[in-house]
Amino acid sequence: MRKRSLIPILYILFLMLPIYWLVAMSFKTTQEILGGFSLFPQTFTLENYRVIFTDPSWYWGYINSIIYVSLNTVISVCVALPAAYAFSRYRFLGDKQLFFWLLTNRMAPAAVFALPFFQLYSSVGLFDTHLAVALAHCLFNIPLAVWILEGFMGGVPKELDETAYVDGYSFPRFFVTIFLPTIKAGVGVAAFFCFMFSWVELLLAKTLTAVEAKPIAATMTKTASSAGYELGLLAAAGTLTIIPGAIVIYFVRNYIAKGFALGRV
Amino acid sequence: MKTENQRAWFFVLPVLLLVAFNALIPIMTVVNYSVQETFGNNVFFWQGLDWFEQILRSDRFHAALGRQFMFTGLILAIEIPLGIIVALSMPRKGFWVPVCLVTMALPMLIPWNVVGSMWNIFTLPKIGLLGYFMNDVLGVNYDMTQQPISAWVTIIIMDVWHWTSLVVLLSYAGLVSIPDAYYQAAKIDGASPWKVFRYIQLPKMKTVLTIAVLLRFMDSFNIYTEPFVLTGGGPGNSTTLLSIDLVKIALGQFDLGPAAAMSLIYFAITLLVSWLFYTLMTKDDAQ
Repeated sequence: MRKRSLIPILYILFLMLPIYWLVAMSFKTTQEILGGFSLFPQTFTLENYRVIFTDPSWYWGYINSIIYVSLNTVISVCVALPAAYAFSRYRFLGDKQLFFWLLTNRMAPAAVFALPFFQLYSSVGLFDTHLAVALAHCLFNIPLAVWILEGFMGGVPKELDETAYVDGYSFPRFFVTIFLPTIKAGVGVAAFFCFMFSWVELLLAKTLTAVEAKPIAATMTKTASSAGYELGLLAAAGTLTIIPGAIVIYFVRNYIAKGFALGRV
Repeated sequence: MKTENQRAWFFVLPVLLLVAFNALIPIMTVVNYSVQETFGNNVFFWQGLDWFEQILRSDRFHAALGRQFMFTGLILAIEIPLGIIVALSMPRKGFWVPVCLVTMALPMLIPWNVVGSMWNIFTLPKIGLLGYFMNDVLGVNYDMTQQPISAWVTIIIMDVWHWTSLVVLLSYAGLVSIPDAYYQAAKIDGASPWKVFRYIQLPKMKTVLTIAVLLRFMDSFNIYTEPFVLTGGGPGNSTTLLSIDLVKIALGQFDLGPAAAMSLIYFAITLLVSWLFYTLMTKDDAQ
């Protein structure tokens, strides 16, 4: 038994090494980083974090990211709920084709869409707004949310719906008071995955924003090139982007696999 | 059984409108560009299928496509077996299960450009942990900005670091769904660990592994941000994968026609595999 647990331990160690290095770097001064190799921060400093929390161009990056990510999560889950219900309960003309078409959008390379997206959102006057990024991320998040929710809804027996209708529930009342509480784990998982994929995506977010809604990821790349070798600052900014993910993942830890399997485990 | 109801379309309508807005208009723009030539000022000339022919015959596209398949092939060959091995040796219950799940999922929640920066910092010669270890402790000459081989090793390890957990989580979910009775029966029959794996565990993991293989295929095929931040496609063109090449042509050189044609060819390959993915998955659902 002891020999077997060695593999997960080694694997987790391998996962943690680069993260440790990033965090360690964020507590070092630029001088120390460029001065040579040290496994632990010798002159422990919070200066890098102070810069981020006092400079609006830095901390607004985080606020912008959080705004469009939340907006996207709400939009995606709200429109995906009725659609997933329709797919899991009814047969209708073109349902299979539609389901497949949704999936192809999940698989579309973002690089293909970057330039046309820029033109589309500029022409409708949404360029450089949080809404633009939130809507653009719907391209891959709505299909994902529909798939996950459909997977969870498929596990709820149809008798639940029928009994409720016999008892005289109207559809909206049934959906909100009975059905939603039944699949609340699924809603949570779908929301988590929308949050996650919107949070980690950079290419579209960067293409669709300039100043007002610039995400933290874009702030980082610009600072990395303009300020030269501010590695400590870059490391601190990177460390801060890990925290939201680490917090939300705790709540869905038992459902992560089911979400990745698009609700099909 | 599902009932026939055409009014279900109303439920699907919001999704349809939003996704169509995001997918159809941009793809039509791309199709539009792919058959025209422009010299700026919004003046376009009909070009027909010339761009497609040019792209399909260009050595540059072949090279990028080759590198792309090599990258995807290598990461699949490493991540799938490694993921299965880790999942098999994970504890099934107790305090360590949630700890393992959360720490393993952590790399997947880091923004992709931060993953690139993180690995950049990690591998810098003299300064980074891995760079220092390779150069000064092992004495291997390792510098990502100079040698294509170092750059390749780094992007492969980075992707293994980033996404193997996906395979682990999916395989693990498949494994825990196996009832204890199966193992007891195997024990009574005196089955070897390999036989248990081959005839009990592997069949149970089939569905999730199909999903894992195909998700990893698609995502690695579309990969852009991480290698771009880490190597910028270099040194030379050695790590210029399809997406990176595409963005170079479209935004770097502003050759809209060829870039659009390349997008469509790229998308066609992706679609083909998506279809494969879908048929495999729905086949399993039907059984």
